[in-house]
Amino acid sequence: MCVTCGCSDDAEGKITNLETGEVNHHHEHHTHTLPDGTVITHSHHHDEASQIHAKIHGTTISLEQDILAKNNLLAAQNRGWFKGRNILALNLMSSPGAGKTTLLTRTINDLKHQLPISVIEGDQETTNDAQKIKETGCKVVQINTGTGCHLDASMIDRGLQQLNPPLNSVVMIENVGNLVCPALFDLGEQAKIVILSVTEGEDKPIKYPHMFRASEMMILTKIDLLPYVQFDVERCIEYAKQVNPNIQVFQVSAMTGEGLDGWYKWLAEKVGSLSIPV
Amino acid sequence: MHELGITQNIVAIVTEHAKGMKVQKVVLEIGKLSAIMPDAITFCFDICSKGTLLENSILEIIEIPGLARCRQCGAEIALEKPFGICTCGSVQLDLINGEELKIKEIEIEEICV
Repeated sequence: MCVTCGCSDDAEGKITNLETGEVNHHHEHHTHTLPDGTVITHSHHHDEASQIHAKIHGTTISLEQDILAKNNLLAAQNRGWFKGRNILALNLMSSPGAGKTTLLTRTINDLKHQLPISVIEGDQETTNDAQKIKETGCKVVQINTGTGCHLDASMIDRGLQQLNPPLNSVVMIENVGNLVCPALFDLGEQAKIVILSVTEGEDKPIKYPHMFRASEMMILTKIDLLPYVQFDVERCIEYAKQVNPNIQVFQVSAMTGEGLDGWYKWLAEKVGSLSIPV
Repeated sequence: MHELGITQNIVAIVTEHAKGMKVQKVVLEIGKLSAIMPDAITFCFDICSKGTLLENSILEIIEIPGLARCRQCGAEIALEKPFGICTCGSVQLDLINGEELKIKEIEIEEICV
C-alpha cells in the first residue's frame, strides 16, 4: 500500500543498495483522465472490478473491503518467500533514538561469525543508519519512505529483491522510528520486537498499547543509564504485561553488553527452530 | 499520521470500484481499538477526495465499540483501549470487536447494469 499517493500497488519509497550504491526510485502508476477532466491514478484489478460490477444493485455497492487487505496479502507473500528460503525475519520497532541501530550493530558484530545476518533499514531520509550497519560488513539495503511513517509489505518485497539475502540466514528489518504506525502493518516477519530505552517514560507500553500488543518481545535498552535516570523498570514491565500478557522482556545495554546473552539465546532458539545452520 | 495514507488508500479503492461513476456516499467501519482516529480520517477525506470521483461525497463512519472475552472466566468486557483487566483479575483477553477497518459500502449515481 502506498502511503504517499494512496495507490494500492507498488508503494512509494526510495531504495538504496549499500553494496552497489544503486538508488532505485520506483513508482508505478496508471493514470486515466475521465471526460469531465477528473484524473484518476490507480492500479488495475480487472478481476475484482468485474465481480464488483455484478454486485451493483441500484445505487449501493457493498464492498466490505478491508483497507489493509492489500498489505496483508503482500505480507503473506513475503512470509512465504522467507519460509521458502529458510530465513528468519524480525521487525524491530521503537520510537526514534531508542537505540535500534546500536543494538543491531552490536548484535551483528557479536554474532557475525556464527550467523549470517543482513539488514533492511527503514528511515524517512538519509542512509546514515545503513552506513553504520555496512561498517559491520553485513549486507544492507536502505529504504527511505519520504513522508511515510512506517515500512509496509510492498517496500519489504522490493527491498528483498535488492538485498538478496542468502538461504538459511537472518534478515533484520529496522522500521522507521515511530511507536504508532509500524504496529499496524504486517511485513511478513516471523516476529515483531519493540525496543524501549530507559531514557523514555516507563508508561510507554500503556501510552502506545498497539505497538506493545503486536510485539512478541520488548527489549529494554540503555540499562547502563539507569543510575542517572528516573525509570521504574518493574513498573514498565508490569505495564507491558498488562497490555500483552505474553510479551517476553530482555533488559540490555548495547554499550556494556549487559543482558545481551538472553537476547542472543532467544535468537539462537528461533534460528534453531528454523534449522538455520549456525 | 497513518490516517492520511489510509484515507488516500480508501479514495483509491473506492475510485477503482466506482468505475468512473460519481460517488455519493462512502460508509466506513472503524473499530474503536483500531488505532485509527475517525476525526483524522474525516479531516483527510475532504482533501484526499478533491479532484476525484469522491469529491463532495458524504463520508459516514460507523464506529464499532471495543469488546473482549476473558480467556479465564469467559466474561465479555467492553473496552475503551486494546487492553484491560477482567473482574476475575485476568488480563488474558481476546479482542472480539473493535479492530475493524473497512469500507462497508459505497453509494454511486444511479446506473443501469
